[in-house]
Amino acid sequence: MTLATLWVVVEPSNGALTSTSLELLTQARALATNVAAITWGDDGASLAGVAGEYGATTLYSVGALNGALPGAPVAAAIAQLIASAGAPDAVLIPTSYDGRDIAGRLSARLDRPVLTNVTGLVDEGGLVTEHPVFGGSQIVRAHFTGAGPGIVVVRAKSFVAEPSSGEVAEVVSAPVGDLGATGAAIITTSHVEERTGPKLEEASVVVSGGRGLGEADKYALIEETAKLLHGAAGASRAIVDAGWVPYSHQVGQTGKTVKPTVYIAAGISGATQHMVGMKGSKNIVAINKDPDAPIFQIADFGIVGDVHKVLPALIAALKARG
Amino acid sequence: MNIAVCVKQIPDPAAPQSFDASYTLNRSGKLILDEADTYSVEMALQLVDKAGEGEVTVVSMGSSSDVAGIRNALAMGAAKAIVVSDDALRGTDALGTAKVLAAVIRQVSPDLVIAATESSDGYTGTTPVQVAELLGLPSITFAKSVTIDGTTVKVERQTESGYDEVSAPLPALVTVTAGVVEPRYASFKGIMAAKSKPLDVLSVSDLNLAGETGVTGARQEITAVVAAEARNAGEKHVDEGDGAERIIGFLESIKVL
Repeated sequence: MTLATLWVVVEPSNGALTSTSLELLTQARALATNVAAITWGDDGASLAGVAGEYGATTLYSVGALNGALPGAPVAAAIAQLIASAGAPDAVLIPTSYDGRDIAGRLSARLDRPVLTNVTGLVDEGGLVTEHPVFGGSQIVRAHFTGAGPGIVVVRAKSFVAEPSSGEVAEVVSAPVGDLGATGAAIITTSHVEERTGPKLEEASVVVSGGRGLGEADKYALIEETAKLLHGAAGASRAIVDAGWVPYSHQVGQTGKTVKPTVYIAAGISGATQHMVGMKGSKNIVAINKDPDAPIFQIADFGIVGDVHKVLPALIAALKARG
Repeated sequence: MNIAVCVKQIPDPAAPQSFDASYTLNRSGKLILDEADTYSVEMALQLVDKAGEGEVTVVSMGSSSDVAGIRNALAMGAAKAIVVSDDALRGTDALGTAKVLAAVIRQVSPDLVIAATESSDGYTGTTPVQVAELLGLPSITFAKSVTIDGTTVKVERQTESGYDEVSAPLPALVTVTAGVVEPRYASFKGIMAAKSKPLDVLSVSDLNLAGETGVTGARQEITAVVAAEARNAGEKHVDEGDGAERIIGFLESIKVL
């Protein structure tokens, strides 16, 4: 182990930490002698147990944000910690809506570069990051140069989260300081949309639709198939860009990474931008009317056919099984 | 209501991508306006229309002297463009990009800055927020709707479980997700008008950012590019009315059913 210290930004969610946060803590403790975590929100202290269990010896708690978006205050608190406690080798941050905000703010504050879309972290006498490119067909290996910590934004499912016998982390308060105008983005109301199935990134079955569905209304076929398989519904970038489904459903380079037991791609041709987000799935099923669609090159099981016929038949068959 | 929109010209995403010698993306072919940016431009045009006054300024940077993609944004209706075009920008990373864009935006002094959540070629996804931090502005990312209420910007921001209503005082920066508005096609009149709209081209030295851009400014190094673990094609069947049944059989074989 040549890395002395890694800091991990751990994201609170409903009184727990997100799965990507736990994945990062697990990998951090394999790479560095000292691991500290940074979190925010009212429950900071109550997360010390789980943070410790996954490898953090210290939990820096930024505290309640009073409705402010986390990006600016959390980055400011980390910058202040670095000024007072010294810099770690790197700060690891989960890829998420708030994670990317924190990384961008911190990078500008510290005047240090950020490496994103990381799916691998290796110690080679210094931290080496791995990034899939060109549809995941190749891996770029990179490292930071110059003085100061690197900022690394890691995609979900890059590592497997495993608890250790670590004790409860010591909670240390991390003050934010004056943010000026940068802290002025305030959440006034939160809307939770009804979700019946599992989260896209955590589902063991993912059913995704693409442009082959033909029109927005047909996405209901994807949702129904996903529901019957107790899975989550995903989408290609093409139909998100077309406004058929929200961005939160997007799987791929510019969306989410999923690694379910089975991924069913319906009416998705398999653009490189999509493949990079799902090619780590254990099994891939593809339904596409074009026998030469690139998706078939990585599918374990392919049906050359019309999604408008195959999906309704699949739905009927699944319903018949009860 | 004056709005600056950050846009990027990228290689055609449908064309095969490759690296050049120094592991930077090969951008030698024709560049186009990133489709992700058409949503930002459209959003900005609509907000200026609603405000009844002001204009949209397109801001961009790159190592190529190609400006066809920028003209495209002007043809959609933006009033003017400022482009930093310089060979010294080759290999610039996200933070270096943000420094260049922030320096230009400072000259424009807009009420609002709009950008896409990420570019379609590099997709680092941090540049807009880095711009906001450098300019001392609040930022709201992942907007699915944007409205202006007096001196406040109100945004519906995508979250894991739904969306948040978020507001910030102007000036501010907002990033929009694709699909939130329908980007207009440039009309013939728009395309003709774009040819005579102001398009200022600056170099890095105009911005006092020596050493901050290019490979030197990036302070990161790609050491290797290796082949990823390959995935092979499995069975493939033509649907003859039995496609669904075959899928059920496969799902049973892997014990999902």
